[in-house]
Amino acid sequence: MSDFLGYAITGIPIGCVFALMAIGIVLTYKTSGVFNLAFGAQAFVSAAIYYDTVARHDWPPVLGFVVAVLIGGPLLGLLLNQLLYRHLRTAPAIAKLVTSLGLLVAIPQVVKLWFGTSPAYSPPGLIRSDRLFLSGELTLNVNEVTTIAATIIVVVGLSVLFRKTNLGLQMRAVVESPRMTELNGVNANRVGAVSWMLSSLFAALAGVLLAPLFAQVSELNFFTLLVAALAAAAFGRLSSIPLTLVGGLLLGVLGQLFAGYLPQNSVLAQGLRPSLPFAALFLLLLFWPGLRQPREISDPLAGVDPPPPAPPAAIRTRGLTLFTRAFAIGFIGVVSLLTLTTLNDYWVVLVTKGVIMATIFLSFVIITGLGGQVSLCQASFAAVGAFAAGQLVANSGMSILLAMVIGAAIAAVVGAFLALPALRLGGIYLALATLAFALMFETVLRPLDWVSGGTRPPRVPRPTIGGIDFSDDKNFFLLALVLLALVALFVLVLKRGTTGRFLDALRGSETAASSIGINPFAAKVVAFSISAGIAGFGGALLASFEGRVFYEANMTYFFGLVWVVLVVTLGARSIQAAITAGVSFVVFAPLLTEITPLSQTTAQALAFILFGLGALTYARHPEGIIEAQTRRSLLKITRWLDRGDEGRPDQEQRERDARVAVGAGR
Amino acid sequence: MTLLDAHEVSKRFAGIAALSGVSLEVGAGEFVGLIGPNGAGKTTFFNCLYGFLKPDAGRVLFDDRDVTRLPTYRRARLGLARTFQRTELFAGMTVRDHLLVAEHARTSGVTLWRDFALRGRDSDEQRQSADEMLSLLGLADDADRPIESLSLGRTRLVELGRALMSRPRLLFLDEPSSGLDRTETDEMARVLTDAQREHGTAVLLIEHDIDLVQKVTARLYVLDYGKLIASGETTTVMDDPEVRHAYLGVTA
Repeated sequence: MSDFLGYAITGIPIGCVFALMAIGIVLTYKTSGVFNLAFGAQAFVSAAIYYDTVARHDWPPVLGFVVAVLIGGPLLGLLLNQLLYRHLRTAPAIAKLVTSLGLLVAIPQVVKLWFGTSPAYSPPGLIRSDRLFLSGELTLNVNEVTTIAATIIVVVGLSVLFRKTNLGLQMRAVVESPRMTELNGVNANRVGAVSWMLSSLFAALAGVLLAPLFAQVSELNFFTLLVAALAAAAFGRLSSIPLTLVGGLLLGVLGQLFAGYLPQNSVLAQGLRPSLPFAALFLLLLFWPGLRQPREISDPLAGVDPPPPAPPAAIRTRGLTLFTRAFAIGFIGVVSLLTLTTLNDYWVVLVTKGVIMATIFLSFVIITGLGGQVSLCQASFAAVGAFAAGQLVANSGMSILLAMVIGAAIAAVVGAFLALPALRLGGIYLALATLAFALMFETVLRPLDWVSGGTRPPRVPRPTIGGIDFSDDKNFFLLALVLLALVALFVLVLKRGTTGRFLDALRGSETAASSIGINPFAAKVVAFSISAGIAGFGGALLASFEGRVFYEANMTYFFGLVWVVLVVTLGARSIQAAITAGVSFVVFAPLLTEITPLSQTTAQALAFILFGLGALTYARHPEGIIEAQTRRSLLKITRWLDRGDEGRPDQEQRERDARVAVGAGR
Repeated sequence: MTLLDAHEVSKRFAGIAALSGVSLEVGAGEFVGLIGPNGAGKTTFFNCLYGFLKPDAGRVLFDDRDVTRLPTYRRARLGLARTFQRTELFAGMTVRDHLLVAEHARTSGVTLWRDFALRGRDSDEQRQSADEMLSLLGLADDADRPIESLSLGRTRLVELGRALMSRPRLLFLDEPSSGLDRTETDEMARVLTDAQREHGTAVLLIEHDIDLVQKVTARLYVLDYGKLIASGETTTVMDDPEVRHAYLGVTA
């Protein structure tokens, strides 16, 4: 019994940290409608500042705390609000999610540029002191007591703020409709700024309080913290602060109980404990009542916004379409020729990997471009395909090409099984469920032998077809190119066919689509499953190219996030943009190393920062920057072509439609 | 012959009876109106008939088949179609695409196999029937314009066209004339009567515009506070004092 209490009590401070962070998430969600995934990154910023000042430069902890938490936290929140979220207040939920995803990718890399990548061991606590004895064996140290006290102050303070004060009332009003609130004489931006500063303060506090619980200050720990906090926030149904607190405490205590009672080296201890937050988030999203039918925040005055941009088909003439397509194919041809003739081995390998990545990225055209859903676990599907293909070859001696196809099919089946419960959620909840799945795959499923083929995954051979040996890199490059073309054609057929039309309709209005006889659920499951299959195929191809499944180097959950960010930035709807995204994902950093004096690590960090910040353009150009640029040029070309037709009656009309399509005049 | 037979349909929202035991029949090719003051439960009733809401009690028969538990898309495939009070459009599509989607939904079976067999693109017949609908609606000039650039009145016509493309045997119209001017309303009435004459489409119409109701409907149901307060031939019902009181605010 005293064991139980002992474990439970050590879990309380951890639970408090989860709760602090979760309350910050609930607060931003309640007051700005943003589901801030970058919260873990913000906590990391403050923890890094605190470590740098106190541990490396020997500042007194109080001063470090003031700078890192009291100044740094709110300042970062204010910056984010003024530069970004202020302009996104009426944007769709998915645009806000993508923005915070971009920050989640970019911020830690920025910090690392300054903080350094060398490990920062034994982070200092707030107060340097020894144990403080409660009674007998139950111990809590001063740090832990501070944590608990801070949490209590925050919870009580916030409850008072929301229930009793005018500011709290205004905050709630701003979420419902910023414009309506402004019509009532409230400065919506000021209210938004205050709530962002407040929630960032909590993130900073959580970051500094959490740091001493781990051996070193590392962004990964803060990501785990974020997921635990998401689970706690989900427990509070994204609105109740007391329930959120309970959720955080439960997670903290359960985690410590698992650690205490489960045998040290058992599968359960190694799989279940680290994955507890992910599993909790996943299960809560699927089964917690009240979350399942989330009320989307919709602004009654949203109608005054300009309409979203229309598809380019509305203004493209057939000749222009053919021209741009011929140009793209010609460009790929020239690059391929250069790759084969002039590049050295190192670059041939890189470009080939880029082509394979482009194949994987095509999966986003189906799920995000057509299906309108954000999936954060495409990297896990790629891993499923790769592991499956590798084991099929190793265990049954199957030909690798056949194994790739079967691997893809297995990934598609896994995708369908994930989609069946998750698609009921939709929107940001689906995105969170896929994130939870990616993390569970990484911590629970991947270590299992039957999933990954053991600690040292089997070798994956390269194919030989009709006497051509693809172990030659240039041959493999051509093979990858052909396979990319095939997959692109496959995607094009779906996009242009009935499936694409139905998905377009569902994205426009699910209600209307089902009213004309389209089965929304079936269409979405099919899209999710096909998309998983394409990712699985690409993953298997990559494994074959590299000789093994290099999971850590290619397919962790982090890559899944970066891929999404990159592909939606460039344009998830267009095959051309997805291919560009895939190739640039691989070659951008090496190219930077080649033409600048930067080291490889710095170049890679810069690349991730750029990819992350690129996502900030999404809210403005949901069609992607490549598509936006294309439309702009097309508008110019259309004008130029029409310059002699001033008198034609439809000229003015076409001009107006073209402007609608470009989204000009906002 | 009775096409739609709704029997004692009830629906409660958090303790409030939105519909209590409403029964209604529509015969093949018949024009029936459903009127009542705002909040009377008309749209709720529509949603129960169409599958967007599941009624708490009662049965809905379509063509002698019990469809009470069928999902929306299955009812649509049986021959129902509808328009919406607040227009539900496919953002980013052109006018022609709206009609073609409906045409695909009507004629396509398992869509994936069609696509892989490269038969997923618009056939000549599909394009032709979309063009016919466009000229029937007087939308031929707007065919390739993005839907966002159209006025509300035109988008209501597009919704009507999309519904008609699925060749429904029964069409539900939810306040089709709201936001339309006189000429646009007349246009709407003309298209409806044409559809009835050529395809024998039956119509169930929710409408506030009494002129339009009297012009096109043969029979009328009146809802108030979730209950039927009158039904019968349009001219008779319109003279009923209780109806005039509840709906028109006129004391007889």
